[in-house]
Amino acid sequence: MKTTGSETTKLSQGDNGDVQSLDRESQPILKAHSPLHYIQYILVGIFFGILLVKGEVISWFRIQEMFRFQSFHMYGVIGSAVLTGMISILLLKKFHVKALNGESMVFPVKKFSKGNIYGGLLFGFGWAMTGACPGPLYAQIGTGAVVVIFTLLSAIAGTWVYGLLQKKLPH
Amino acid sequence: MKELLDALSNPWPWYIVGPLIGLTVPLLLVLGNKSFGISSTLRHICAACVPMDIPFFQYPWRKEIWNLIFVAGIFIGAIIATTTLRSQEPIQVTDELRAELATYGITNMNGLVPTDLFNLHNLFTLKGFILMIVGGFLVGFGTRYAGGCTSGHAITGLSNLQWPSLIATICFMIGGIVVANFVLPYILRL
Repeated sequence: MKTTGSETTKLSQGDNGDVQSLDRESQPILKAHSPLHYIQYILVGIFFGILLVKGEVISWFRIQEMFRFQSFHMYGVIGSAVLTGMISILLLKKFHVKALNGESMVFPVKKFSKGNIYGGLLFGFGWAMTGACPGPLYAQIGTGAVVVIFTLLSAIAGTWVYGLLQKKLPH
Repeated sequence: MKELLDALSNPWPWYIVGPLIGLTVPLLLVLGNKSFGISSTLRHICAACVPMDIPFFQYPWRKEIWNLIFVAGIFIGAIIATTTLRSQEPIQVTDELRAELATYGITNMNGLVPTDLFNLHNLFTLKGFILMIVGGFLVGFGTRYAGGCTSGHAITGLSNLQWPSLIATICFMIGGIVVANFVLPYILRL
């Protein structure tokens, strides 16, 4: 509750303080934060969840086949997804497309750290065991594999422990 | 309508699913200037529920609620895909893998998650504990340490030509290949 309060003050402060972040918040897109605005994300999520299941991307078996080079399926999915994403971003940049709320698009920049390597390997180990990356964990539960709730809780615990140890880990 | 449902109920080929997954990236950008990345939701859940005094969880997570709503959608989508769009065909598993798994007593292929391994009873066995709890922990710890998962690095990052994402993706694959081929056989024998 306290945070909500301070956020509201922040919103009404206009151009004081952290200009960059306030800029986004203080524009007349305030209506963008109404509950109705969130419906679009649940719709995209539903669409994405259906894709994950119908494409068998969340299949433990498909993941094993991928890591054992027994099937092309997952390579086809990931490869064509990356290609489509790449072409899309290229076009969005080329034509300076703006987001629907009028903002200039922010394309995610990833900074290198040794965590990309260590963390990447550790995630790879977990991916092979559970047959799921984070998105599929949510989807697997939806397919009725209720026990995966425990895997998800453990993943949340893993993220929490990372947060706890962050400063002590090599980056 | 019924024919359409029937057609949609069959498993979808990679060349349909892959491009549609890729289109999620521009879709989220256009709709709300949002970056597609799912492992961050695990962090938001920590920040919302158990931030303690850990600096890593002190940030305005409420701004990221859209992402939590997105993953709630994934959950609902999966329910729809397994009920309304339920496939009449058995799930696809190559003969090679099928034969190999049979040697470990894994024969039930009715679901996308093998119930022979992932069930409540197994949670209390060493095998199940390693696969579900240790595996889950590594997914959560590893993705945050790596700064993203398959969606944030492999799809969004590579789409935006971020070389750290390429390194992360290669490491995901190396980690998975090593465990699937050289470690998992021992775990499955437990």
